[in-house]
Amino acid sequence: MLRLPTFTFHRPKTAAEAVRIKCDHGNEAMYVAGGTDLYPNMKRRQQTPTHVVSLGEIGELRSIDVRKDGGVSLGAMVLLSQIEAHPYLRQHYPAFVHAVAEISTPLLRNMGTIGGNLLLDTRCTYYDQTHEWRESIDFCMKKDGAICWVAPGSPRCWAVQSSDTVPVVCALEATVDLVGPQGARSLVAGELYRDDGIQYLTKKPEELLTRLHLPAPGGWQASYVKLRRRGTFDFPVLGVGACLWMSGKTITKANVRLGGAGSYAIPAAETEKALVGRELTDEVIAAAGALAMKPARTMDNTDLDVYWRRKVAPVYVARALQACR
Amino acid sequence: MVLDDPAARPAPQARTDAPWRHDVKKEDLKVIGKPIRKVDARSKVSGLTRFADDLTLPRMLHMKLLRSTQAHARIRHLDVSKARALPGVKGVLTGNDLPIPFGILPVSQDEHALCPDKVRFVGDPVVAIAASTEDIAWDACRLVEVDYEPLPTVGSVHEAAATEEPRIHDYGVRGNIHRLENLEFGDLAGGFAASDHVREDTFFFEGNTHLPMEQHATLAFFDRDGKLTVWSSTQTPHYLHKALTRVLHPLPAHHIRVIACPNGGGFGGKSDPFNHEICAAKMTILTGRPVKIALTREEVFWCHRGRHPVLMKARVGVSKTGRIKALDFQSYLDGGAYGSYGTASTFYTGALQTVTYAVENYHFRGVRFFTNKAPCGPKRGHGTPQPRFALEVLLDKIAHDLGLDPAQIRLDNLAPRDSLTANFLRIGSMGLGPCIQKVVEGSSWKTRRGTREKTADGWIRGYGLACSSYLSGAGLPIYWNGMPHSGVQLKVDRSGLVTAFCGSTDIGQGSDSVLGWIIGEVLGIDPLGIRVVTSDTDLTPVDLGSYSSRVTVMTGNAAMQAAERAREIIARGAAEHLGVPPSRLVFADARVFDAEDPQKGVSFADAVIAAESRYGTIGTVGSYTPPKTAAKFRGGGVGPSPSYSYSAAVVEVEVDPATGVYRVPRIWVAHDIGRSLNAAVAMGQIEGGVYMGLGEAMMEEMAYRDRTHKGQRVFVHKIPSLLEYKSPSTLEMPDITTYVVEDPDRNGPFGAKEVGQGPLLPIMPAVANAVFDAVGVRVDEIPVSFEKVFAALEAQKNGKPGRYGPDNVPPVDFGDSLKVKTPWQGGDGTAWNEPKRDKKAAR
Repeated sequence: MLRLPTFTFHRPKTAAEAVRIKCDHGNEAMYVAGGTDLYPNMKRRQQTPTHVVSLGEIGELRSIDVRKDGGVSLGAMVLLSQIEAHPYLRQHYPAFVHAVAEISTPLLRNMGTIGGNLLLDTRCTYYDQTHEWRESIDFCMKKDGAICWVAPGSPRCWAVQSSDTVPVVCALEATVDLVGPQGARSLVAGELYRDDGIQYLTKKPEELLTRLHLPAPGGWQASYVKLRRRGTFDFPVLGVGACLWMSGKTITKANVRLGGAGSYAIPAAETEKALVGRELTDEVIAAAGALAMKPARTMDNTDLDVYWRRKVAPVYVARALQACR
Repeated sequence: MVLDDPAARPAPQARTDAPWRHDVKKEDLKVIGKPIRKVDARSKVSGLTRFADDLTLPRMLHMKLLRSTQAHARIRHLDVSKARALPGVKGVLTGNDLPIPFGILPVSQDEHALCPDKVRFVGDPVVAIAASTEDIAWDACRLVEVDYEPLPTVGSVHEAAATEEPRIHDYGVRGNIHRLENLEFGDLAGGFAASDHVREDTFFFEGNTHLPMEQHATLAFFDRDGKLTVWSSTQTPHYLHKALTRVLHPLPAHHIRVIACPNGGGFGGKSDPFNHEICAAKMTILTGRPVKIALTREEVFWCHRGRHPVLMKARVGVSKTGRIKALDFQSYLDGGAYGSYGTASTFYTGALQTVTYAVENYHFRGVRFFTNKAPCGPKRGHGTPQPRFALEVLLDKIAHDLGLDPAQIRLDNLAPRDSLTANFLRIGSMGLGPCIQKVVEGSSWKTRRGTREKTADGWIRGYGLACSSYLSGAGLPIYWNGMPHSGVQLKVDRSGLVTAFCGSTDIGQGSDSVLGWIIGEVLGIDPLGIRVVTSDTDLTPVDLGSYSSRVTVMTGNAAMQAAERAREIIARGAAEHLGVPPSRLVFADARVFDAEDPQKGVSFADAVIAAESRYGTIGTVGSYTPPKTAAKFRGGGVGPSPSYSYSAAVVEVEVDPATGVYRVPRIWVAHDIGRSLNAAVAMGQIEGGVYMGLGEAMMEEMAYRDRTHKGQRVFVHKIPSLLEYKSPSTLEMPDITTYVVEDPDRNGPFGAKEVGQGPLLPIMPAVANAVFDAVGVRVDEIPVSFEKVFAALEAQKNGKPGRYGPDNVPPVDFGDSLKVKTPWQGGDGTAWNEPKRDKKAAR
């Protein structure tokens, strides 16, 4: 079997202590939450920290709090399976819970955390391979190599945003709290991500994501539709997160985010424009869906044929909009 | 010379007409047919079974293989000095240390444990390193310096056909052609001339792999007395023993012991002798310490030996009523980098087409190419799923052309029982008709098919039907010899314990249990009380291995013979003790008693004591050799079997017309097993086959990345991981209705035939046929992936034929065919234009 390389394991009790340990060891250290992403990556030598800072014993990161306004704040270490089973979340945030329930398998969701899923490493079929396999292609720019195999002329990496929750929290305009050596700050979720397969986060490496704040329910309808080959295990090759604000039957604001279609959850701007001021009729949905893929950067670095993924994407965007009705 | 001909031994009781008791009535059986648990079930489910990777020995070293990063290259220079110098490294092997080539078939001894001068695919092993820890061994591999001189890569059958030089191997037919076969049975031109409708199509079946849950592992120890023991996850300990004997020359064969551990799934992927097994053996000899290697999942993909990608061209001529008059079939196999079982695989793509339906005239051409991919070999159904897919889809098309029911066209063409086929395969019992009837009735085929009913979410339902046949063991062994294919020894102890020794290997299919059930039935004792000792070349008589669905029939018959012989001895002793004639004794419920006065009897243990007191220690043997084959032409050795199983399936699909995505909610499958030895285990095999077939049908593929960078071609398996090599999950598993059809065959124990492989075969064509029934498009390619259904739908929408599939085969000169007259032309099984050869070479 593949073996984990040797590393020093730290178990801080507070977020501040975790940040301090991370700062002490710089690039040699990484945070680990559930470990479902980092440890397999370490076995494949995609990430090679010699110090791993576990967040498992930081109690403050484990709570789910319903705020006074009815919104919910989740600690980064809340398990995905806790979210699935949470009655309040199930009632008021069905799209978010659905996205969580679509992640991998029940076993993984019992280990994986919401914080870890929001920060999931970008994925690529040239990158998510063992050291030996990557050696046979002389590696790629995301780790140990010089080129991007999926677009060899490109100066950047095209690894794919593959978290199921990110398109939804971005569409919802949820916010996240970060703690760093200089103190705490908050961001709208969409601002946490960048359009680059390697530097896919705006967060500084030493900053720790501590909480996710979901907006208060009411006045909006959200949905998540995932395209993948199997009903379980698989990462999305397209994950459509949609959130529509309504006034009566008229859409006043629309956020549609495309996961699995580029290095970040891409806003489907023309789709959004085609929705605002309209009612959600079949015709509007079909027209809006057809515009969705213009900004997408779908490439041949995930499962399923790239041509097909582009062709059927409008169908799934339309289905996500239908689910908001 | 036949050393152990069952006929030459004294026959126990009068069994000449039905030596394997196929005609016994169901109600007379106490063990056979009952759903009792497997002999190893509780250890398996409680995690106590020790697989090869669970084994450790004191002072054990850990070994890793450094594998090629190049698809095709000469090794210009190899430097292992830095690796050797790393603290903790205890042994380093290179190609020079293991110069003798090996291979599973005598005709293709083309593998080296470590490549001496040239690598042939990404994953080909180059260096083996043993160290005190696995981490050190891995680190040491990174210190090896290999200087490769790249050679042009051959990536497909088309490329292989067009590439005379460089050759991947310096043997074979010519260029990169490994094997070439051309066999003609009957009068093809006449058959087509007499046909009212002729249809020709091209099909492709992509390669896929076994995906056993257990990754291969081996532990080897060479002790101070000069004896080598190798524990391994292998399906074929006897063949591994032979390969080790060859490559470790001059170590004598009787100093080598191979123990096959329980396999965590095999499916054909653990049937070859492997590099890691040979390296572990050599490394323990070199270091004097036990050596363990456990492969990674990626390495299991490199071992492969799975389904050959096969391009096929098939032409069928039928009468107005759909009777098959002529079949012309061509197979183009992408063999990968080594021979493996490929010679047999090539023949198997042509052998069994005639066993389901009566084909009047038949022409088969097959060619296997070497390519720079992981080597292909036998996977569940070995060589037959690909042509079965082509034939069953083609028949479906013909039925639609003629306006016939696809079920009826099959029923009208059934090969007759107790007959010889055009290619001289001897069919015995034949239950395909009842199988078709079962699935047709169960699925309401007649009223449901063609209705294109819509589901609540707007998807369209369709139904597809297909059939198949498979062999119950190859009629000939892999290496030519006249010895039995399976042997069983029984030790009967005065405590009443019966111990069965047999070389057969339980790979999860239940072969250890089969031994217990058969012996338990014959001796009238509880099968769970029988000790079964298997797959240890020091302790157990040879069984050729768990491949070609041979174990139930061959080991079963050998066990039956050994048990009947033990019964005879015990009966004589008990008869004398009780004062009744032996012929009146009944063995049942762990007692031996007088049929006329059941009170008069003794316990089985006391009967053994009575016999042992009179005749001494009780031990018997049994063995089995399949019947002589009817085919005498060159190549006729692949296909014959003691009996053939039959399967039929109806698949229900629901297709999303907007995307081509489809799901399979239900499958009905019927399998003619001859006689079910244990209905629960048989159904497990059938449903396991359906699951594996569904994976092949829908998604599994050995896809390769083919890129060129800085003038050099990169050609490597795209997705060698359990996450990205897509195989169905439990959520994709449909509801299955399983019918066990029993048509006892005279060559099997109590009439049993195989069940391990056959039920997989109809699933792939039935899925393709169901998609057609739903949305009217043909995907003539496996897997029938969502993208291909969508592409065919798009083509149809744009006014083109609603089809996705290949449209050409590479140009290959097959030369003149060997011509064989069919039995109905008065043929005798020889080819009338075949040059005379000495008998040994003919095999």
